[in-house]
Amino acid sequence: MTDLRKQFGSVVALDGVTWEAEAGRVTAVLGPNGAGKTTMVECCEGLQRPDSGTVRVLGADPWNAPAEHRACVGVMLQDGGLPNAARPVALLRHLSQLYAAPRPVDALAAQLGIDRFAQTTVRRLSGGQRQRVALAAALVGAPDVVFLDEPSAGLDPHARLDVWDLVRSVASEGAAVVLTTHSFEEAERIADEIVIVAEGRVVADGSLAEITSGRSLEHVYFDLTRRSAR
Amino acid sequence: MSTTTSSRAATVPRRVAAQARFETLTMLRNGEQLLVAVVLPAMVLAGLVATSFVPLGPGRRVDLAVPGVLALCVISSAFTGVAIQTGFDRRYGVLRLLGASPLGRSGLLAAKAVAVLCVVALQFAVIGGLGLALGWEPQWTGIPAALVSALLGTWAFVALALLLAGTVRAEGVLALANLVWVLLLAMGGVVVASSELPGTLGPIVELLPSGALGDSLRAALLHGQVRVGEWLVMLVWAVAASVLASRLFRWSD
Repeated sequence: MTDLRKQFGSVVALDGVTWEAEAGRVTAVLGPNGAGKTTMVECCEGLQRPDSGTVRVLGADPWNAPAEHRACVGVMLQDGGLPNAARPVALLRHLSQLYAAPRPVDALAAQLGIDRFAQTTVRRLSGGQRQRVALAAALVGAPDVVFLDEPSAGLDPHARLDVWDLVRSVASEGAAVVLTTHSFEEAERIADEIVIVAEGRVVADGSLAEITSGRSLEHVYFDLTRRSAR
Repeated sequence: MSTTTSSRAATVPRRVAAQARFETLTMLRNGEQLLVAVVLPAMVLAGLVATSFVPLGPGRRVDLAVPGVLALCVISSAFTGVAIQTGFDRRYGVLRLLGASPLGRSGLLAAKAVAVLCVVALQFAVIGGLGLALGWEPQWTGIPAALVSALLGTWAFVALALLLAGTVRAEGVLALANLVWVLLLAMGGVVVASSELPGTLGPIVELLPSGALGDSLRAALLHGQVRVGEWLVMLVWAVAASVLASRLFRWSD
């Protein structure tokens, strides 16, 4: 992503953003609410078209990218995007049919504990259960690149560990994982690379060790974003 | 990183068929949708045949009622059903998620079209069967013309449904889609021919897609007639609504 800009009316969401994510690594994007994280990720998913600058995902422009490209990219939206009347495992099985070589649905569902509420409709799931189904939906196509918008928000500690294990294993299988988060613990535990965003700009970008240089991520974050958080 | 050369997405027909099956089952499992799509039309048919306080015009009541109720079926699933389903899918981000999946936006639209045609076929089988049981004697030579009418009507109403669902928020879609269904049933030329409607209403209704659909189905199944004028009315609505929907449809809420 190079010099990306995006404006909604008079609000500047992205103001010249540049960063990149590597295969086999987890990149965590941190930043206050309204900093532009979701807009940035949505530009990568082809859901928003930047005003200027370039985005390349697997070498392709995600805006109007063909099905073949979309099949290599897994997406977990912040609002889930799950049809209300569907049942989790049936939904995952359906989504898996959109791919030529999907992950085995039963194993994925078991790994995230989705099998325990397989027969409950999405409408009746708790927030945390829904998060897990949305994460599974992003991974079911065995993607090369995964974008996860706050994957562990609202999860209990056990579920969070399950999600972290799964995210790490997806990266170790070679996928590039990009996730947005508000949790320093999450970033410190599973991220290889950190991108900190504030007011539509990247204020820090590098490996966890480079960015923190001995201090805690929390300290660094507040130093860098204090002005925008007020 | 580089793009892979081996195929990662399922083929287009497989993707569309999978989504169409999913959407059809979703529609058929949804109680309210099933009520509007099958139960209410069946009740309207039985009511029109058993009573005589709604004037249907000259002829056997069952022969006049069945084509009108078939038109009502098209409006129920192609308009009300599609509008409500799509409106809420948009609200919950389902359209965005599927748009980012290998299915994509064009695949989703194709799947919706296939799903609606499946449901309409099922409705026609149920209502046609009920009609025959009640003594319906259709003009069999009019069946091809009736199918053309049903296809044109489905196209026009799906396009209108997408126009509504893609521009108004979900609660508004729910209210409007049901209100329009009731209004068209009462005075849209659906079960009561536009020629039987009071006063100045008739000529207006003839230009509505509902009136054109109802009248052309009645002409086909009562007299074996082809009504090109009514087909043109539906075609104009279908094209206009499709163009507007493709310009104005917003994929996110």
